[in-house]
Parts: sequence; structure tokens; C-alpha cells
Amino acid sequence: MTDILNVAGLTKCFDGFTLNNISFRLQPGYIMGLVGPNGSGKTTTIKLIMNMMKKDKGAININGYDSVKGEVEAKELIGYASDECMFVDDWKTDDVKKTLALYYKKFDETQFERYIDDFDLPRGRKIKDFSKGMKTKLMLAAALSHDTKLLLLDEPTSGLDPVIRTELLDILQEYIVRGNRSVLFSTHITTDLEKVADYITFINDGKLIFSMDKDSVLETYSVVKGSPESFNSVKEILIGCRTNRMGFEGLVLSENAAKLPRDVVCEKATLDDIIVYHRLGIRPWAL
Amino acid sequence: MFERGHSVRILISNSSGVPIYEQIAAQIAESIAKGLLKEGDALPSIRQLAKDLRVSVITTTRAYNELENKGLVTAMQGKGYFVSASDSNAIKAEYLKRIKGHLQEAVKDAKTVGINGAELQNLLKILIERESIDD
Repeated sequence: MTDILNVAGLTKCFDGFTLNNISFRLQPGYIMGLVGPNGSGKTTTIKLIMNMMKKDKGAININGYDSVKGEVEAKELIGYASDECMFVDDWKTDDVKKTLALYYKKFDETQFERYIDDFDLPRGRKIKDFSKGMKTKLMLAAALSHDTKLLLLDEPTSGLDPVIRTELLDILQEYIVRGNRSVLFSTHITTDLEKVADYITFINDGKLIFSMDKDSVLETYSVVKGSPESFNSVKEILIGCRTNRMGFEGLVLSENAAKLPRDVVCEKATLDDIIVYHRLGIRPWAL
Repeated sequence: MFERGHSVRILISNSSGVPIYEQIAAQIAESIAKGLLKEGDALPSIRQLAKDLRVSVITTTRAYNELENKGLVTAMQGKGYFVSASDSNAIKAEYLKRIKGHLQEAVKDAKTVGINGAELQNLLKILIERESIDD
């Protein structure tokens, strides 16, 4: 089966930051969450998939089309939305519709109008007078209204209230329900991902930490808590930690949990824990 | 015409600590044991179930795989999952395992507060009697 998305050895160097040798793949019919702290390279990765900037090394393949050589075909297959509005300020929804109909071969105007209604977007107002949430919804309406294989969403949930976010999760699950399309979306709101994502790809400081199924991610890591006295015996196996006078809290690989002293508490890690502690790393004991 | 797998009812608890795929598998197994799902009945498709329960496709896949391993459901290529020929032994074995677990807990609790074996057996006897009166 052809991957909907195959990223291999993707590298992009900036002054002071390198997205380094990122590889992952997404098969048809699944939702993948792209996570990582601010500045870790999520948006860069998504922009490279969209060929909105030039990569230094590596290859990106979208349902069989190379993102550079087959850019036109690849982009027909991608529904893209970011947290920055890409439409002209003075446009109204109708202008967006007309423009997209020119740009995409398979643009579905009826479906676009339906999303405008569903999302309660005002047809009479200019986009510059839209709220952040409305702009995001307009981008989503556009992304969902042409015949695509991959939904590529950069922070789609960031400006949205919990009601719309829940609706969006429904839309994403509906999008993959027939098993031939996939979703890649970056987000900080990991509770959304803990519900519906099948795979999690985690980038930290330009490097790939893992790309695997969500259940395995949550089983791979554990959170440990203990007193300052037991810190030294645990230090070696900590991936990252936070310390204060009461003790420490940190992240370990679950397979190392057997080595823990008895007075250290070990519990399940959330995606947030995994992201935060990878970012924090090990700092000297601060008492 | 009813929708495929219409008689399946599943409630997921996010705070129970039991993995979601296990909750799904256990509740479908229960429906089979109670006769709400019968031999040959179609289960909802893996993807539809994931959407309805708002969980990942991998989670529902894992739940169905578990049911298949226990012999409760059968996958038919391209058609989905169906309740297997009712193997009452498989269902019984599953329940026996659960009952054993409950009893083990009871024995452990009894030991903690110093209730002896005879007292515990007596307690069980009373409970069984009460249950049969209710029936």
C-alpha cells in the first residue's frame, strides 16, 4: 500500500536552528499528531511538506508524488490549513470560494458553502474583521472542500473554543472513516490527540524523538516522583525532571521502572509529561 | 433495516484506569455473554466504532483483535467482524477468570482485617442465598 505521506531524511538548516534528518510515514486511514515545544520544527516540517520552503536534504512523498517534482499533483491531494490566515484581508467568503475554484481542479463549492453554514461564518463581513477562531474555521472549510487524500493542519485547534474543537475532532474522524485518507496535524492541545490520534510524531529541537502509535508512546514512558534523598539513585535513568524542596518529578522509560528504589512513586505519563520533560532535560539539583 | 452492529452499546470511562481497548473488548464480550449479540451478528466496522466512541482506530483494532484471539468474533476478509459460533466454553472461561479475580480480592481484603476462611465462606453462602431469593 502506498503511504499517504512519506518523509525521509528531511533536513533544513537555518541560522541557529536545524531540522535534522526527520523521517516518518503515514499510511492511509489514520490520524497522526505532530507534537513538540515551540520552535522545535513542527511548522517547518509542515511547510516543507507543502513545498512552501526549500529543503536542504531528504525526500517527501505524498501518495506517490514527490513534493517538489510532483508539486502540482501533490498539492491537489493536500487540504492545508495553518494558524495564519492565507487569504486577502479585504475578501469575503465568496471571494475565497471563487479563488479556490480557480486554483483546485476538484473544488466542491456546495461543500464549501455547507461548511460556511456549519461554522456560522458571516458571508457579509470582510476577513480582516473575522475573529481568530473564524479565520481558522474559514481555512478549515477551504481545506476540506477539495478532493484530498491528506489533511495537513498546522495548529488547527489553537484559536478554537472547546465546542468547535470537539466538532473538529469529529470532522477529522469522519475524514478517515473510509480508510483511504489520512490526517497530520500539529497541536499543543494534547488532550485532543490523546482521544483520536492513532500515531504521535514528536520533534524536539529539530530532532525526531519518536514516531509511533499512541498507545505504545504512553506505555513507553512513565512519570516518577520522589524525595530529594532518592534523587541520586534515580538520576541516571531520568530523561528529564523538575526539582524543588519537596523532591523531584521526572520522566523515565517504563522498562527502567523496575530499577527504581521503593520510595519512588511511578505512574502513567501523559503526552504533556513526555513533551515537557524531554524539553526540560536534566538540570542540576536546585535547592 | 437496522444499521450494522446496531445492538452494540459501549460506554467508555476515561478515569477508570482500565485501558480503553480492554473496556471495549470487555463490553462486547459481555453483550455476547448476555445474548444481546448472537452468532453471525455483524459488529460495527473498526473505523465507524472509533468515530462513534471518539477513540483512535488503533484502539478499536486492538479491541477486535483481542476478541478474535479469545474466539469470540471472527474477521471475514473485506466484510468485517462477526460474532463467532457461540462457544459457550470460551465465554465461560472468560467469566471464570473474572470471578477468580474478584474472589482473590475478597480473600486479600479478608486477610487484611483478620476474617478467617470459615467466616468468608459463610459470607459467600449468604450472598448466594440472597441472590437466589431475588431471582
